[in-house]
Amino acid sequence: MLLECKNLCKSYGTKIALNNVNLNIERGRIIGLLGPNGSGKTTLIKILSGILTASSGEALISGNPIGIETKKIVSYLPERTYLSEWMTVRQAVNFFKDFYDDFSEETAYDMLERLNISPADSLKTMSKGTKEKVQLILVMSRHAELFLLDEPIGGVDPAARDYILKTILTNYNENASVIISTHLISDVENILDEVVFLKYGCLMLHKTVDEIREENGKSVDALFREVFAC
Amino acid sequence: MPWNFNSSSPIYIQIIEHIKLSIAVGEYKAGDKLLSVRELAAEAEVNPNTMQKALSELERDGLLYTQRTAGRFITEDTAAIANLREQLAGEQLDMFLKKMRQLGYSPDEALALLKNHIG
Repeated sequence: MLLECKNLCKSYGTKIALNNVNLNIERGRIIGLLGPNGSGKTTLIKILSGILTASSGEALISGNPIGIETKKIVSYLPERTYLSEWMTVRQAVNFFKDFYDDFSEETAYDMLERLNISPADSLKTMSKGTKEKVQLILVMSRHAELFLLDEPIGGVDPAARDYILKTILTNYNENASVIISTHLISDVENILDEVVFLKYGCLMLHKTVDEIREENGKSVDALFREVFAC
Repeated sequence: MPWNFNSSSPIYIQIIEHIKLSIAVGEYKAGDKLLSVRELAAEAEVNPNTMQKALSELERDGLLYTQRTAGRFITEDTAAIANLREQLAGEQLDMFLKKMRQLGYSPDEALALLKNHIG
């Protein structure tokens, strides 16, 4: 088992963000983490990446509690970019190379080239979407075991979205899993193995996409709209 | 043929149908080598596990076979391919007759209409 969450809870003061989440994820899977705004998706991802600590319960990645050992094998894409504006793309690549043992410079430059992003460009001259692409490329160029992608395709155009999803498909390996949180379900649905629905911090459903289609005769997107109808 | 998926049935079933159709219309010929699971998955923009599941099922049906180290191939059994084509045609005919029945035509009337239409 790559990831095990046992009775994971997180509260911010009196507000409960995660309520007793039990979740097991195997290796070699692509998982969609879906839920309306404020359902706890980002909180869960931040706990797994070690940015937040759980209020109670436990999360194990590859058998280790969240800490130095798990950070080595977890590649995290936050909602917002954290790269410094003054950096050029090449400097950002070097920064990642310094930081992570498992970073592949070659993979990064290859993807940058295919998206027509020049390594000499500095981040402050880039559009929001291009910055997001750079960040995702850096995160996906690691040979990590667990990729946590928080809204990876929100700000990019549909053509780049297709390329990014293809990148995710071709870059992950059988030993690794990818957790993608997103609202754009129909865009990612075809590449997902499993989906996890969160609602008010509770895990509502954890099934394979094929199971959902077989049992409900509808897409994950349609089911989501039904489950979370306002 | 481009890969197009609808949203109501499982994707692996749609992949199976797609490949069956490609074999039946001769886009894939008997004995042709298939791309790797990964390449096919990237081409169809689906998860490799889903592609794998579809290919395994086609293998179980005898339409594909795997040769260790060499890869995956379309069956060389041309009778099976002819069979598949007939089976797909049968499905279309069933669908046609069903729709015609909904419109209130008996099979004979439907046939007469069809003949007339081809005319």
